[in-house]
Amino acid sequence: MLSALIIIVLLAAIAGLFAGVRINAHMATGPASVVTLADQLDALLPQTQCRRCTFEGCRPYAEAMAAGEAGINQCPPGGASTAAALADVLGVPAQPVDPSFGTVPDHAVVAFIEELPCIGCTKCIQACPVDAIIGAPRYMHTVIADQCTGCELCIPVCPVDCIVLKPATGRTH
Amino acid sequence: MARLATKGLRLEAHKERSTVQPIATASIAQRLVLALNQQAGAANTSVVNVGDSVLFGQPIARPANALGAWLHSPASGTVIAIEPRPVPPAHPDEQQSVSQCIVIDNDGRDQRFDFPAVDYQRLSPEQLRDHIAQGGIVGLGGAVFPTARKLSSLAARSGTSLLVNGAECEPFISCDDMLMREHAADVVLGARILQRACGAERCIIAVEDEMQTAIAALRTAIEENGEDQLRLVIVPTVYPAGGERQLINTVCGVEVPSGKLPQDVGVLCQNVGTAAATARWLRDGEPLISRIVTVTGDGVRQPRNLLARIGTPLASLIADCGGYSERRHRLIMGGSMMGLELASDDLPLIKAGNCLLAASRLDLTPRSLEMPCIRCGNCSEVCPAHLLPQQLHWYLQPPDHIALDRHGLLDCIECGCCDHVCPSQIPLTSRFRAAKPVLIEQRGDAQTRADAARARFEARTRRLARLEAEHREKLAAKRRQLRDKS
Repeated sequence: MLSALIIIVLLAAIAGLFAGVRINAHMATGPASVVTLADQLDALLPQTQCRRCTFEGCRPYAEAMAAGEAGINQCPPGGASTAAALADVLGVPAQPVDPSFGTVPDHAVVAFIEELPCIGCTKCIQACPVDAIIGAPRYMHTVIADQCTGCELCIPVCPVDCIVLKPATGRTH
Repeated sequence: MARLATKGLRLEAHKERSTVQPIATASIAQRLVLALNQQAGAANTSVVNVGDSVLFGQPIARPANALGAWLHSPASGTVIAIEPRPVPPAHPDEQQSVSQCIVIDNDGRDQRFDFPAVDYQRLSPEQLRDHIAQGGIVGLGGAVFPTARKLSSLAARSGTSLLVNGAECEPFISCDDMLMREHAADVVLGARILQRACGAERCIIAVEDEMQTAIAALRTAIEENGEDQLRLVIVPTVYPAGGERQLINTVCGVEVPSGKLPQDVGVLCQNVGTAAATARWLRDGEPLISRIVTVTGDGVRQPRNLLARIGTPLASLIADCGGYSERRHRLIMGGSMMGLELASDDLPLIKAGNCLLAASRLDLTPRSLEMPCIRCGNCSEVCPAHLLPQQLHWYLQPPDHIALDRHGLLDCIECGCCDHVCPSQIPLTSRFRAAKPVLIEQRGDAQTRADAARARFEARTRRLARLEAEHREKLAAKRRQLRDKS
């Protein structure tokens, strides 16, 4: 009886100690601005904004994960390393990216508009999640290669199939 | 004794050669050459002109950015030139580099620039750090990082420690050992000052178990000063026990995570030489104008430690130790494991110069022709950073930067253990060192791109929301108008 009591008291003390350490660790996380879980997850995502995860961009996906409504294995551009980092933050087991969410080329790509067939319909401009395409109605459009994330969202909307993917020079991903 | 928490090598010690003789004062050269590039990435700006007379300890160059530190004149005399001169290399691929230098003609009188002694206990930690910056104090363990800046990076939280690093693991270097033997009181005082300046809760001095004389001297100094809060921890003599991350792991039992700094786990590391220099600056008003240099190796006649002024020609240090012997093969600045080879001794001493190794052929691990990797795994057995050097080597042919990053290439501390055990004589460390900048650049690049994409995506989301709201507002207004008419 007495020994059981002592053991319980000791266990409680140890648990308390760990709780204290955790509180300290939280207090040490810098400035007063509140960093939400979604912020932390968003920071790990590659910001391709490709919607392969089925959400409307990286931020919405991060928010869904934070709310427990999405898995960590839905980001093909981020790959295994991003999935592992997300799993670390969420404290869930790491798993590889589910291939049903799509694949990405081995090297970084950017979209390129073939000027001759482009009819200036502006559909790709509206589709681009990072405003990386410029142009005006009935005038030729072009991609700002430096800003393009290679998300491929402009490709299906083009009525004349004039957008191709080209390797991005000097980038890995 | 602390149990060693990292892997590494038990190397043959060569310290006894240079520890037989006490520290001697090096002869003071007629011409002192002060490199404005004392540390990587931070050229100083001269505050004196050619023809100016300067005093011993007078500030002569101010830091150009946060990575730099003040430079002081190591002698009184006249500035005779400010010109580019060869200096010891900052990077192993070059045998010497060229830096703008202030050349001082020593008048031999050592007239002092008057810096008052300061009672450190009367200064706030912030004032103390400012004062330490004024003294040009930098990390003398090798990185030459400005001490004041490092001290300010320890967050105010509970359970922080200052770790004063006396675990000098390079087999040939003994300048820290000799410093602790002969100036233990300076080390202890410096440790207390640094502790106050960074606000650490605990202060620990770590020493290797083979430095028995130094341990005894430190124990006496601690007792004499009645220091009850200072702890002495003895670590096993294993290379590289004195590596910052390795020592923290051994002494504090925490591993500094990849990509993080020791400060992130609440530990700040400072070399014993830095502590002693800080003590001299506050107690005696003497800025960092000299340091202890080990001159050793079979290629020099009388190996010993010298207290030398910064800017002294290396040739003069060699001459103070009896000159070269006929067995001299290579001249290295630093130790046999991590040192950089010098093309000549016609270079000035810099703040980072802890050792001058005139090595004979026998002093160095012989290198023969490089053979293919047989994947024996010896390198991963010894890697103190817990990396897989054989795998990194694999991903370097041709470079696969994503895989290299994933395998932690940037965590390599370039200690040279893998080179030492490689049966195929592959110069792994130098390959890793060469690959690192590319990786750092790409990593920064990817992060910059992601941040830019996020900013543009968020701007677009806001714009679409605004347009949507405006559109809805317009519709509602129209509907109201129609309703009012009817």
